[in-house]
Amino acid sequence: MSERDFDGLARIEQVTGLGMISVRGTLTDAGFQAAVVAATGVSVPDRGTVSTGAGRTVAWMSSDEILVVCAEADAKGIVDALNAGLAGTHHMVTDVSDARAVFRISGGAARDVLAKVCPVDLRPNMFKAGQFRRTRMAQVACAFWAEDETAFSLIGFRSVQDYIWDVLTTVASRDAPVDHFAS
Amino acid sequence: MSTRLSQGGRLIDRSAQQGFSFNGKRLKGYAGDTLASALLANDQMLMGRSFKYHRPRGVIASGAEEPNALMNLGAEGKFEPNARATTTPLFDGLEAASQNHFPSLEFDVGALNTHLSRFLPAGFYYKMFIHPRPFWKHIYEPFIRQSAGLGKAPKARDVDTYEHFYAFCDVLIIGGGIAGLQAAKVAADAGLEVMLVEQDPHWGGRAPVDGTGIDGKPAQDWIDTTVAALGDMPNVTLRARCMGAGVYDHGYVLCYERLTDHAPKAAGPRHRLWRVRAKQVVTATGAIERPLSFAGNDIPGVMLAGAVRDYVVNYGVSIGDRTVVVTNNDDAYRTAIALKEAGLEVPAIIDARTGGAGALGDQAKALGIRVETGKAIAKVKGGKRVTGVGICAQAGEGSILEEIACDCVTMSGGWSPVVHLWSHCGGKLIWDDALAMFRPDGDRAPTSHDGNPFVITAGAANGALSDVLADATAQAAEVVSRCGGKTDAAAPTEANTAENAIEPIWLMPQGAAHKLRSKSWLDFQNDVKVSDVQLAAQEGFESVEHAKRYTTLGMATDQGKTSNINGLAILSKELGVDIPQVGTTTFRPPYTPISMGAIAGEARHEIFQPLRKTPMHDWHDANGAHWEPVGHWRRPYCFLRGDETPEKAVHREVLNTREKLGLLDASTLGKIIVKGPDAGKFLDMMYTNMMSNLKPGRCRYGLMCSENGFLSDDGVVARISDDTWLCHTTSGGADRIHAHMEEWLQTEWWDWKVYTANVTEQYAQVAVVGPNARKVLEKLGGMDVSADALSFMGWADGTIGGFDVRVYRISFSGELSYEIAVPANQGRAFWDALLEAGEEFGVMPYGTEALHIMRAEKGFIMIGDETDGTVIPQDLNLHWAISKKKDDFLGKRAQMRSHMADPNRWKLVGLETTDGSVLPDGAYAVGEGTNANGQRNMIGRVTSTYHSPTLGKGIAMGLVHHGPDRMGEVLDFPRVDGTVVKAKIVDPVFYDKEGAKQNV
Amino acid sequence: MLILTCPNCGETKDESELHAHGEAHITRAGPEATDEEMETYLFERVNPKGVHFERWHCSYGCGKWFHAARCTNTLEVFGTYSAQTTEPPKEIIDILDKKRPGWSWRKFGGTAQ
Repeated sequence: MSERDFDGLARIEQVTGLGMISVRGTLTDAGFQAAVVAATGVSVPDRGTVSTGAGRTVAWMSSDEILVVCAEADAKGIVDALNAGLAGTHHMVTDVSDARAVFRISGGAARDVLAKVCPVDLRPNMFKAGQFRRTRMAQVACAFWAEDETAFSLIGFRSVQDYIWDVLTTVASRDAPVDHFAS
Repeated sequence: MSTRLSQGGRLIDRSAQQGFSFNGKRLKGYAGDTLASALLANDQMLMGRSFKYHRPRGVIASGAEEPNALMNLGAEGKFEPNARATTTPLFDGLEAASQNHFPSLEFDVGALNTHLSRFLPAGFYYKMFIHPRPFWKHIYEPFIRQSAGLGKAPKARDVDTYEHFYAFCDVLIIGGGIAGLQAAKVAADAGLEVMLVEQDPHWGGRAPVDGTGIDGKPAQDWIDTTVAALGDMPNVTLRARCMGAGVYDHGYVLCYERLTDHAPKAAGPRHRLWRVRAKQVVTATGAIERPLSFAGNDIPGVMLAGAVRDYVVNYGVSIGDRTVVVTNNDDAYRTAIALKEAGLEVPAIIDARTGGAGALGDQAKALGIRVETGKAIAKVKGGKRVTGVGICAQAGEGSILEEIACDCVTMSGGWSPVVHLWSHCGGKLIWDDALAMFRPDGDRAPTSHDGNPFVITAGAANGALSDVLADATAQAAEVVSRCGGKTDAAAPTEANTAENAIEPIWLMPQGAAHKLRSKSWLDFQNDVKVSDVQLAAQEGFESVEHAKRYTTLGMATDQGKTSNINGLAILSKELGVDIPQVGTTTFRPPYTPISMGAIAGEARHEIFQPLRKTPMHDWHDANGAHWEPVGHWRRPYCFLRGDETPEKAVHREVLNTREKLGLLDASTLGKIIVKGPDAGKFLDMMYTNMMSNLKPGRCRYGLMCSENGFLSDDGVVARISDDTWLCHTTSGGADRIHAHMEEWLQTEWWDWKVYTANVTEQYAQVAVVGPNARKVLEKLGGMDVSADALSFMGWADGTIGGFDVRVYRISFSGELSYEIAVPANQGRAFWDALLEAGEEFGVMPYGTEALHIMRAEKGFIMIGDETDGTVIPQDLNLHWAISKKKDDFLGKRAQMRSHMADPNRWKLVGLETTDGSVLPDGAYAVGEGTNANGQRNMIGRVTSTYHSPTLGKGIAMGLVHHGPDRMGEVLDFPRVDGTVVKAKIVDPVFYDKEGAKQNV
Repeated sequence: MLILTCPNCGETKDESELHAHGEAHITRAGPEATDEEMETYLFERVNPKGVHFERWHCSYGCGKWFHAARCTNTLEVFGTYSAQTTEPPKEIIDILDKKRPGWSWRKFGGTAQ
């Protein structure tokens, strides 16, 4: 579902209907990995990447944290399953579905749009499909991953969703092409 | 007169006429002109007035180094001051106006200063305006402010847009002349990712003007071929109209792209600031010609030789019919030859060198040009325009041997490599005696994060005034090797004319008397002359940095691009030391001024800064919210009804909450979950209170201190389960406190098993406050919120009105109060449900000011009001919240230090004015006697002050010396107008001291 | 503007994505500390020209603190390493011994101590 969309240098959509779960634990632990697979159907991603499957994405947030992105309706079930699977280990499962906003940036100039506001090396040979990066978007924190060559999902905080939307749609104005990245 | 020739002009399109105006006069130019070339084509040599003496000024250069031709451009939201005409592209409809004159450019009263110049030497302002002291503020400063300044400050809001772009590459090459192009080609052929930027709209730099031949053909052919080849390479980015502005640490470079300055009607951003991170940076920034210092060298019509050549060759513009060339090197002969070939007269080349020129000299002579060697210009004749020159022997003192009539003098003192970008990040220079220039010392390059050099220079910027391509090829090969690549690229063949050596000539003639030296300009914009620098040296300003500031040499908007080397050469001579011993002033970015808009980028208007909104933000906005910034949050200060003032609204909100029912959007409060087997132990370290013994289902107010002991944040902590706590923080403190917790967990107690999560934005939180609070919740129904089921300082999960809620029975107002958290996505619906259900109970939302007043009535402290980073909990009588059972907590030991335990620390009290008025915020109480500075001794200060609607009078809190022991004493608080407010020291709890109202 | 590689997330970060947190390897003085020890702990910093050890926070990134060994004069970064240590690891010491022979910093390194 998308809350709003914009067509400019790239297509910008705010995606709604997603659940998000922050999971902290020992990522390298086999038990942790098994619990994540059991609860989400997706494996724990390698550092700096996302793993995907069954319409879900699991992102590597830190050495002791992953973020599960799923359908909103699945969130509660996954939280319960994770808590059950991780019972007895030091862990923390937090439903953060309402705390974040998700945007999709797609189209040939998607990299140009992101490169206007993120200090990240977005050259196609440097940032490939499946790579995940937590960084800064203009003046706020964000995280994004490349779904493929020309589509990105970007997560930011809920309170600044309008700011993120306004920034993305401003810099994606058709009047401001850069044509920096070969598309 | 200056005019457009019927032939020539490689950069202009004679079929595309462009209309523009200068000082209201309608003029015409061509597409491809700069504003300077178009003005010259219209015989507009006079383009401005100098800063100090208001002397008439014409253009002297053709590029970024121009000191004189500064313009106000455009109008209203497109207005821009101090634009250099030489780098301003002409477009149809351009409006330009000259600066720094009154009432007109032609007749300027400030020019009187030039007749007073004898009385306005270097340091004049420092010397003159220091006595008598009071004159500075009332007479001198207003006068100087009126006279100072070049362009006008824009008044209208900028209508253009701007943006940034983050780019990464292996090699960034700055400068698209033949050196930059060759370096780019070599690096790109070796497989590196290359970005090449050029400040001008066209590629190739000076080579086509100078007649350089490459591979047996005119330079332009090679340039066209190379640009096309680079354009076809996927690993190359070419950006024209894009200036390398600054080189910074670790390969960070700012480039300034001017997208629509040449076409202001075009849509899109005006400027783009490229924030480039490059492994290697090549500065191929060319060289700038130096003026020669002779009397009258600032008279309009005296120009740099290379610039005169540019105007003829690039724009088909002749500066004058008769041009005298004066030089100390061979290159200026090219100008004489170019002028002669364009059909213009060159009465003489005055070469200060006794030996004269090489092959170019022969060529000039063959064209019939008279060449005088060992000669100099004694003085230039003319006022607003050159009329002739007096010639003398360079070796002499300036006796005029001959006068030559002319309307243009073109000078060359040699070329200085543009070392700015090399130097920005610490690249060092060496003085090259043979070439009379500072050039980059390749052995002392700026180094990057890995300790290895990351900047290299190529071509003229490296001192290679000839064999440019060979140098560029060699430097590029070094860059390729630094990037781990290989190249065997060979340089194209470059046809160079053998030249005789330059002879450094810093003053013309060599023995010029004071009268001549005081007319020999070094800095044209700031009016600094040879005599001023000599005076500075005589007065002891021996450091080049001091002499610069004393004389203002090189401090104008051009930052001394044409004047610095000449100035320091004069200084070195005066001090009797070599030029390298004097050294240069520091080169700082940007290379030329960049727009404020480009620096701001997209951050303007709505997105100037992030604005954090709660889930109920839109309701507030639609219902009269009078906004207040709290960090990046916007919170309603109050909700205005009708034409109510904020004061009235706050009054209404407080009374309604105390009497009926108030709602506060408390979503901004920080919420941090702390979980794990060691969470209790950890929180006992974080808070001054004991948190490990809090029972699940209960809440406790807690204080956090820094290791210095100072109070840093406060909030209510709820124990959720055996291993989980939820910590509320202040609205502004959530991110900071979360980071503070993580910092201690990660860097000190990393073996403790604790996880934290900042869930501030997961929940909307509403405080339901007032005598009717329970009624509205019971009406919505779903969970037992009675005093028995949910007592004061308890919390419970449940549902209310169908919403999943967590209810905290905590009160910051002193009333019966429930703070209710719901998932943020349901926040607005929950808020609406409370408003609807609360209608019959007199519900009214309230804002932050009512919140503040009600907490002050109750004597509750507010972080940031009662605390300022120097206040410890003990100052605020919060001993009850400091555990005595704990061995340790952050700040404990610091609070035992002698100054912290000093009984003389100011302590919190309530303050009540004797006349019921409101104490000024931040007012100080004065005591007996005076301090060492003769000021009244202070004995206390106001930390919070309000009019209390509940009590109908002014109430305040403050920190007072021995305050709690002085109850009833009346203190004097002087106002800024000299009057005094008297206030009595009272208990800080003004309202419901027993807490009966909140605990029902 | 510096670039530093966060040892936790492995990303090379722009300085604007990070937050500097002052000097590294400061030993906390606890409740039993003397006044002198407290003064040292709270206020005394070495602030050298040359080799320095600092704490950084990957604040716009993975949220982890890390250490950096850096030259305050040339801005060379000798290496970054985990925050969960009380002293620089051997790899960093080896690099410093090689690149800055004779270096010393507080109780670490070189011949100067």
